[in-house]
Amino acid sequence: MADIQLTDLVKSYGPTEVLHHVEGGIKDGEFIVIVGPSGCGKSTLLRMVAGLESVTSGEIRIGGNRVNELEPSARDIAMVFQNYALYPHMSVRQNMAYGLKIRKLPKDEINRRVEEAAEILEIKQYLDRKPRQLSGGQRQRVAMGRAIVRDPQVFLFDEPLSNLDAKLRVQMRLEIRKLQQRLGVTSIYVTHDQVEAMTLGDRLMVLNGGYVEQFGTPIELYDRPASVFVAGFIGSPAMNFLPADLNGGRATLPDGAVLAVPPRHTGAATLGLRPEHLADDPAGPIALEVDLLEQLGANTLIHGRLQGTEHALTASVPGHACDSIGSIRRFSATPALTHLFDTASGKRLAD
Amino acid sequence: MVENRPLITFLTHLVLVLGVLAIALPVWITFVASTHDQLRMNQAPLPLWPGDYFLANMKQTLFGSGLSGTETAPVWLMLLNSLAMALMISTGKIAISLLSAFAIVYFKFPFRMGFFWMIFITLMLPVEVRILPTFEVVANLGMLNSYWGLSIPLIASATATFMFRQVFLTVPDELLESARIDGAGPLRFFFDILLPLSRTNIAALFVILFIFGWNQYLWPLLITTDTSMTTIVMSIKQMLEAAEQSPQWNIIMTTALLAMIPPVFVVIAMQKLFVQGLTETDK
Repeated sequence: MADIQLTDLVKSYGPTEVLHHVEGGIKDGEFIVIVGPSGCGKSTLLRMVAGLESVTSGEIRIGGNRVNELEPSARDIAMVFQNYALYPHMSVRQNMAYGLKIRKLPKDEINRRVEEAAEILEIKQYLDRKPRQLSGGQRQRVAMGRAIVRDPQVFLFDEPLSNLDAKLRVQMRLEIRKLQQRLGVTSIYVTHDQVEAMTLGDRLMVLNGGYVEQFGTPIELYDRPASVFVAGFIGSPAMNFLPADLNGGRATLPDGAVLAVPPRHTGAATLGLRPEHLADDPAGPIALEVDLLEQLGANTLIHGRLQGTEHALTASVPGHACDSIGSIRRFSATPALTHLFDTASGKRLAD
Repeated sequence: MVENRPLITFLTHLVLVLGVLAIALPVWITFVASTHDQLRMNQAPLPLWPGDYFLANMKQTLFGSGLSGTETAPVWLMLLNSLAMALMISTGKIAISLLSAFAIVYFKFPFRMGFFWMIFITLMLPVEVRILPTFEVVANLGMLNSYWGLSIPLIASATATFMFRQVFLTVPDELLESARIDGAGPLRFFFDILLPLSRTNIAALFVILFIFGWNQYLWPLLITTDTSMTTIVMSIKQMLEAAEQSPQWNIIMTTALLAMIPPVFVVIAMQKLFVQGLTETDK
């Protein structure tokens, strides 16, 4: 059990800086998800904590101790890899016991721990099989079992679910969460899937191009995204962005419609509206010209454009809808549920 | 290809059968020759069916002094010499190549690629090319007429190093990282993970190298002067020219037959691993 402190962390490959001054504190027992698009540096950050990548500058502390110079095995961590990285020639039991064997634990202690972990993960009947005789989900469990038996201070997950099919992914997601809560081990989890991030994490660190965009609870990120990037990344379907001209509490959209927004700002800004916050309103100011309908059963996604412009707009309405292509549907939005961002920097304007 | 055309099937089988016959006929004649006495072997036409001197020939070849009237070593000693040489060459080659490939793939040191290419260039320097300097070195080290002299100059192998490099490159990086997190040092990783993963490749290479070692002719001929160190492959040729008498075909062919057995045995014993090692790419 330990907290993790990242201080002014920088990673460069030659002259190219890929992580820029990352700061973050992770509390003991917390489940942190690092999320971002491909190439944003999230795996690099995780691998730096694991000790598989060197630290260019800055400091990583686990449980108060500086670990920058420590070998991975000396950091008391366990890692679950995307492709499981099980040793193909060893049985499940040997795979799980390998790290303990190297640490020269007594035989009966190793056996006890392996049995215990196998019990938790329900893989007892597979202990003597080889990894290639297991399905993807079972291999994933073994990989987690290998992490559990080490009884580490920190769990590191590197996109562990991305090789599984959709249904299994949802199931394993819940299991990882339950397992982490039961064991209470500080965990860092890397994913590019925002749903996974929202459901798993106590807090989310959103990375973009090597910068931390925002670090907060899922609800904070959803309700008050710090930038256009976070706003577009968190939430599905993604938030709509429209250029708007602010004047006190009034925002003028490109098609001339006027919308009530939180006051205090004037001038050009980017207005963010979540599809699920667009309320059906025949007299509403926002006119959507329908291009495409996506029927999801519980709700319907209406994709289209702001009437008379090329600005894409998506709305999510409950139940079924049967608007014809090219027809107009009108919506309104509550001021409290609108988001305002600076057009140039993309940063959120204070409410 | 699954085609139901009787004529094609017949033709393909015909070609195969002819091929097998072409390969098998010399072996058959060797076998037949080893079952007749010397007198019969010097008469025309050559016998095509086995006679009844097989055991007698075998006994004289293996434990007698081989050809009558010469002072060669008994063939069992030659077999032993050949076996020792082939085993030393193949295991030595595999051990050295594994270690050098391990160094080149998993360690970062200055001029790493330079060393790799230097190893690679030795492909162009088989023993036949460097025979004089190598002989000089071996002679100065006092290794003439010894197993060391027979095997060490042939042990360095660029091909095997290159092959193991390719094998190691297919091992996913995550396995190395996983092992590092598990606390395995380089040697542990090598013995616990790399070696078991390269098992089939090692077996395939062993078969090839064993036969390479067994079939060495020129080098043993050069550095062994003592008859107790002669290998079986070189002695067959010597038997042909031995003394001023007509060749004793029955004895020579029995020796040839004996020389064929160990390689065949190795191939048969390791067939399954051999095929796996050459075909499987999945780690």
